[in-house]
Amino acid sequence: MLDSIPNNVNLENNPKLQRALQRWNPNFLDWWREMGPGGFQEDRIYLRTAIGVGQGGWANYDYVTMPEYRWGIFLANPRQGETIHFGDHVGVPYWDQVPGEHRKDLRRLVVTQGDTEPASVEQQRLLGQCAPSLLDLRNLFQVNVEEARHLWAMVYLLHSYFGVDGRDEAEEMLERRSGHPDRPRILDAFNKPISDWLALFCFTTFTDRDGKYQLASLAESGFDPLARTTQFMLMEEAFHMAVGETGIARVIKRTAELMREGKDPESVGAIPLPVVQRYVNEWATASYDLFGSEDSSNAAAFFAAGLKGRYQESDNSRYPDHVALDDVFEAKIFEEGSWTTRQIPLRRAMNACLLDAYVADCKRVLERWNAVLKEHELSERITLPSVRFGRHMGIYSGQCYDIEGNPSDEQTLQSRMVDWLPSQADYDLVKRSMVPVYEPGKIANWIAPQAKGVGGQELDFEYVQFH
Amino acid sequence: MQAEAISESSASRPLLETQSHPQQYKHWKLRVEGPAAYLILDVQEGGGYLPGYALKLNSYDISVDVELADAVTRLRFEHPEVSVVVLTSARERLFCAGANIFMLRGASHPFKVNFCKYTNETRLAMEEASAHSGQYYLAALNGLASGGGYELALACKEIHLIDDHSSVVSLPEIPYLGVLPGTGGLTRLVDKRHVRRDLADVFCTLAEGVKGRRAMEWNLVDEVHPPSQWEEMIAKRVAELVREGATQQGIALEPLVKERRGNEIIYKHLTLSVEPDARVARLTLRGPATSTAETPLPDNAAQAGSGWYPLALFRELDDVLVELRFNFEEIGLILIRSEGELESVMALDRQLRARPDDWFLREVRLLIGRTLKRLELTARSIFTLIEGNSCFGGFLFELALASDRIYMRDDADDPAGIALSPLNEGAFPMGNGLSRLAQRFCGNPEHPRRLDTGKEPHLSAQQALDAGLVTAAPDELDWEDEVRLAIEERTSLSPDALTGMEASLRFAGPETMESKIFGRLSAWQNWIFQRPNATGERGALTLYGEPERPRFDRHRT
Repeated sequence: MLDSIPNNVNLENNPKLQRALQRWNPNFLDWWREMGPGGFQEDRIYLRTAIGVGQGGWANYDYVTMPEYRWGIFLANPRQGETIHFGDHVGVPYWDQVPGEHRKDLRRLVVTQGDTEPASVEQQRLLGQCAPSLLDLRNLFQVNVEEARHLWAMVYLLHSYFGVDGRDEAEEMLERRSGHPDRPRILDAFNKPISDWLALFCFTTFTDRDGKYQLASLAESGFDPLARTTQFMLMEEAFHMAVGETGIARVIKRTAELMREGKDPESVGAIPLPVVQRYVNEWATASYDLFGSEDSSNAAAFFAAGLKGRYQESDNSRYPDHVALDDVFEAKIFEEGSWTTRQIPLRRAMNACLLDAYVADCKRVLERWNAVLKEHELSERITLPSVRFGRHMGIYSGQCYDIEGNPSDEQTLQSRMVDWLPSQADYDLVKRSMVPVYEPGKIANWIAPQAKGVGGQELDFEYVQFH
Repeated sequence: MQAEAISESSASRPLLETQSHPQQYKHWKLRVEGPAAYLILDVQEGGGYLPGYALKLNSYDISVDVELADAVTRLRFEHPEVSVVVLTSARERLFCAGANIFMLRGASHPFKVNFCKYTNETRLAMEEASAHSGQYYLAALNGLASGGGYELALACKEIHLIDDHSSVVSLPEIPYLGVLPGTGGLTRLVDKRHVRRDLADVFCTLAEGVKGRRAMEWNLVDEVHPPSQWEEMIAKRVAELVREGATQQGIALEPLVKERRGNEIIYKHLTLSVEPDARVARLTLRGPATSTAETPLPDNAAQAGSGWYPLALFRELDDVLVELRFNFEEIGLILIRSEGELESVMALDRQLRARPDDWFLREVRLLIGRTLKRLELTARSIFTLIEGNSCFGGFLFELALASDRIYMRDDADDPAGIALSPLNEGAFPMGNGLSRLAQRFCGNPEHPRRLDTGKEPHLSAQQALDAGLVTAAPDELDWEDEVRLAIEERTSLSPDALTGMEASLRFAGPETMESKIFGRLSAWQNWIFQRPNATGERGALTLYGEPERPRFDRHRT
């Protein structure tokens, strides 16, 4: 079994890791069969498998049934520098073992990150039943197997560097279940079901993008195995976000076409722009919360210890000061009837810094979506909700702001929610559109086709061979 | 310089409100359903005692514990029909994150010490209620219980933890804050739950805590239940534990009548008079009216109500001790006096011990016992002064026995007297399990027996001196000077040295879990609270939540 695991971590000569994986792998496969994509386990999918980190190893496409997918363990190539470049340990050589002093914080980071990976597979397990095309179906499964590989990546760290406790935590990853009343996943956003493809595209755009920023900040870590593991994960994450971004763009394009033709999108089973907007609002807001509080002592501790940096911390032109002890982060907040600026010591505001970078990135995505509307000569635009709106975490939680971030009150918010967040009617509408299309080259009526195929294949390629 | 040091202490804080009532609770909900009561923690973030910190994650400060203490006492008097008390929280996946760190960090040393002491007294009251009042405390941890949150659970008879694969119990004080889970946590772990010492060592240094199954294996909790069965399993356990059909009718604990007037707090049976310059507090109790003492107890003793003298007086005493600890930090010496008829006190003493099985009288005795322990655990010097009009007899003489010194005036024209009763032989055990008489003569166990308390002996100053019951018996010519010098000399000594000396001398004899907890709290925790590694500029407690990380002085003592 171990022979078939692609890796560049010298698994062959690592008896400790072999032993751990020998026990864990059967449980992982049981988990995949139970919680992986429902109804497609015997089908042959045209998937990309990573067998190495170099040019040729990254993208190998072939048909494979998902339970036989070769999940691998990869570290990105060694980094440019050799010493920690931020926090209190600047100049100290990268750690290639977990320093005992930082065990609890590293464990927390790895477990929290790792738990989201199988969670998203669970959240998406029924989406195959209503895929808009074979290529979309294949892309969903590609995302799913790669999220599972990300689980492997985190489990590799737990197995290799965290001893017995790490092995227990690796088992727990397979025991928790998204949305399960008794064994829920750790973060709330990963316990809500993703029951339609619009939600999937929002999830991969916004929630996976949070993943990107978390991984990028861990890729700066002084703990070298974590940095290099997450660096490689980022390559896969980029594909997931592309699925999301192009997915929404295609929804918008289809709706725009229908609007130009003077048709009511809803009447032909497509999705009106206001519904798209409300989905965007829902998922963007939930994803903001994943960054944690804008003022966080944990974030400060992680930065100080050199465990988690800012986005692209290594870039000196971006951050002249990597110690971050003297600066403050200014957060605008409405308190007791007027706007004030809350000064948060910079280290405690690392989550807010990461969220800022994330929001800037999201804005670029929205510009591209809006370019589609512009191309179709429509005046409607999709907008990003304010980071103050609807928060359950951080300094704005429990406060009243409208979708644009203006102060409001409970009553107004209540009455406007129906405009801002999806209602049951919206969910029902989207659900009605979700008609499965499994014929090569065909596409559902609510979404425009992809621009091109994957793995060098055409759009009408048989990306999934049903058994 | 000294004057500045004094004025900077409790005077700079608002007065702590020491009394509460379920209708005023901000942080707890008390629900009584027949034989079961539910104490539900739902801390109001902005409702703490002091500004400057938010009580996030159901963390607590003294204002949360004042309410809990009130609830524990109230349940015993107002709801004797309750046989199970469930401690739980109103929050999803969160029971209690313990004492609020930002509150602790901002608190003065005396305040921290008294806060810890008070919370542990509340926990001991829960344990006493479980052991002696037939009110069984059950912790239903519906989510994270860390630090003081888990310590609170440790004070219950049994602990149930939700098993959602995330919720843990933990004592992360050492890894996160560089201080101890010292309000009973360490001691209860090994002395009460008998957690193996090596596992306890791992647990107390494991910041992330221990979940479900392993928590049970290590005996950190008694049972775990998945969320879907949580309510059902707790309800089932409550149903197994309750005693149905209890017929006792509780009494209302009426609010204390308490008036602040200048440097005085005047209660119905008690006056506290503070002399800030002399750093002395005079505590004068007024004995029962003759008519009170002559009234026989009703058939149903509880009908005597919360105004019944022994109960009323000791509720006031209990309150005044909390006042002294929190609102009068600079007071170094408490002088206890009494005024009244010794015979009237002895008549009530007889009532108090007349019906050993009566629930109300039992509760009054237990409350007296707790108050006496609170007195002994108050880090102030305590002298009792006995004069001609004093009425220290039986249960009231315990106040004298709890003092560091007793002065009795030997004056033929106005003779002072004391009296003993069987209550002095074990009705109010100290924290170490001994009666104050037995502890006083622990080298000579025959001596208390020879005093023959069953005969209610009355002793003059000279007799009391001979019997070793008082420290000194100056005559009327010496009295004023002797007492004045003793007071002035005492208040001139180092408060820290006195605290250490008194704590060492007050509790001769064996150790119990209770005495160990206070001993370790006073010695270890308070030592650590003073050390740079916790509270210095780069200490772990100082820097918790700050951008900087602690830097330790690595020298071990």
